[in-house]
Amino acid sequence: MPMPRYAFTLWRIAVFIAALVPLVYWGSQVAINAAGPEPGRYLLLNIGQGILWMLLLTLSLTPLTKLTRWKGFALIRRQLGLWTLTYALLHLFCYAVFILGLDLSRLGSEIVRRPYIIVGMLALHGLIVMGVTSNKWSMRKLGKRWKTLHKIVYVVLGLGLLHFLWVVRADMEQWSTYAAAGALLMILRVPPIARQLPKFRQWVKRPKRAHA
Amino acid sequence: MMLAGRVQAAASDYQDVPAGNPPGWFEPKLKNAEWDSVVPADRDLDKLTPFEDATHYNNFYEFGTGKGDPARNADSLKTQPWSVVIDGEVANGGRFDLEDIAKPSRLQERIYRLRCVEAWSMVIPWLGIPLGEVIKRAEPTSKAKYVRFETLVAPEQMPGQNSSFALIDWPYTEGLRMDEAMHPLAILGLGMYGRELPNQNGAPFRLIVPWKYGFKSIKSIVRISLVEEQPVNSWQAIAPDEYGFYANVNPEVDHPRWSQATERRLPNSLFNPNIIDTRMFNGYADEVASLYQGMDLRKNF
Repeated sequence: MPMPRYAFTLWRIAVFIAALVPLVYWGSQVAINAAGPEPGRYLLLNIGQGILWMLLLTLSLTPLTKLTRWKGFALIRRQLGLWTLTYALLHLFCYAVFILGLDLSRLGSEIVRRPYIIVGMLALHGLIVMGVTSNKWSMRKLGKRWKTLHKIVYVVLGLGLLHFLWVVRADMEQWSTYAAAGALLMILRVPPIARQLPKFRQWVKRPKRAHA
Repeated sequence: MMLAGRVQAAASDYQDVPAGNPPGWFEPKLKNAEWDSVVPADRDLDKLTPFEDATHYNNFYEFGTGKGDPARNADSLKTQPWSVVIDGEVANGGRFDLEDIAKPSRLQERIYRLRCVEAWSMVIPWLGIPLGEVIKRAEPTSKAKYVRFETLVAPEQMPGQNSSFALIDWPYTEGLRMDEAMHPLAILGLGMYGRELPNQNGAPFRLIVPWKYGFKSIKSIVRISLVEEQPVNSWQAIAPDEYGFYANVNPEVDHPRWSQATERRLPNSLFNPNIIDTRMFNGYADEVASLYQGMDLRKNF
């Protein structure tokens, strides 16, 4: 069933608000002193996980489109990509301001000496490159190379997971869940598997038909 | 450091601290406690961390890996009755009720800085008994060179021990060299903030070694063994390049993943992270530095 134009606009606004909600929630927890004795670290870690959520959601749009053929998923890809970048920049901001107290000399030395920070910064750079080339002008200018360039999203996912892995101290459950989700989204992109996705469309619809 | 000691706690000291549910034998010990037995030299610089923060921001992986998990999950821990096995190279070993271990020693209040290996710190008013007194009563043999401690294993009470993703091989294990264990600053904690220990803080019986990173101060102890060989502590077993046996607070030896030169004194706020310089041996160098004379602290981190 075709959707009216305004419905897609509403959908994009809804996604925008949904992506903003976690930030507002965490911010309000800090504001009412419910974020514990180290609010900066609370924001840092929650936003850090938020980056992975945004990245995984962005990467799920292509398989979802194939599975459902619904136009709406492709419409929010750029937005979610930019949200991933926004969360990542906020994560760095939290680290520099709330953890290091804006001691920029220490930020420099930490970036150079700590492998997990190097990896995180590399991932951030990948996101920035994709962010600044996400506009229509860049897409036209880069032509075919645009798609190739934006394949670095897979590298960013790997680096992001590595960054997180190196922060884990003693329990792998959370990390394993993110890594499994990431791996699944990668597997769904392997051409022979990706080609099968449209076939599942009918399979998804079948129960409905049985009732009709 | 001041070694003064008051006989009575000022009633106002901990009036905001919620009452616990201590065993019957704890109350008389509390009445007879030596308050302010060890306190920071500058009590304005080392202000007490609020009870609420000290009890809701914990690393106690038996109850989950989040800082708030222990406060949420530790209610299920059954701390009464509690017994502790003292064994190994001792003449007077066996299984003892906690009450009997504590009985001969007077409860002392020790206000210590607590420096976590994760680069944050607090100031906690502990109530405990000198570890050295407990060890002496066990009559260690000449072979006793180290002390090994174990935390309770009880997955039905400690949900973190059910996690199949946990890297810790339970029981959580810690160790001290004999001279470290006999040092007067090392205590076995039974309480804090003028009451018994809350479950999430290692009830009913824990170690406190203020010149070492917090993970050395093992919680909910059920076994103390005097041994000849240096024990492998849990964190050392997981990541030997990151956590050593000694784990003395040392601003000059960084953790591979972060600097140990400074610490965030909690509670802090967003735009005032409250970053202070970390002190050698957490500020207890005058008392304990001699234990490590001639040792390369970079190697023995």
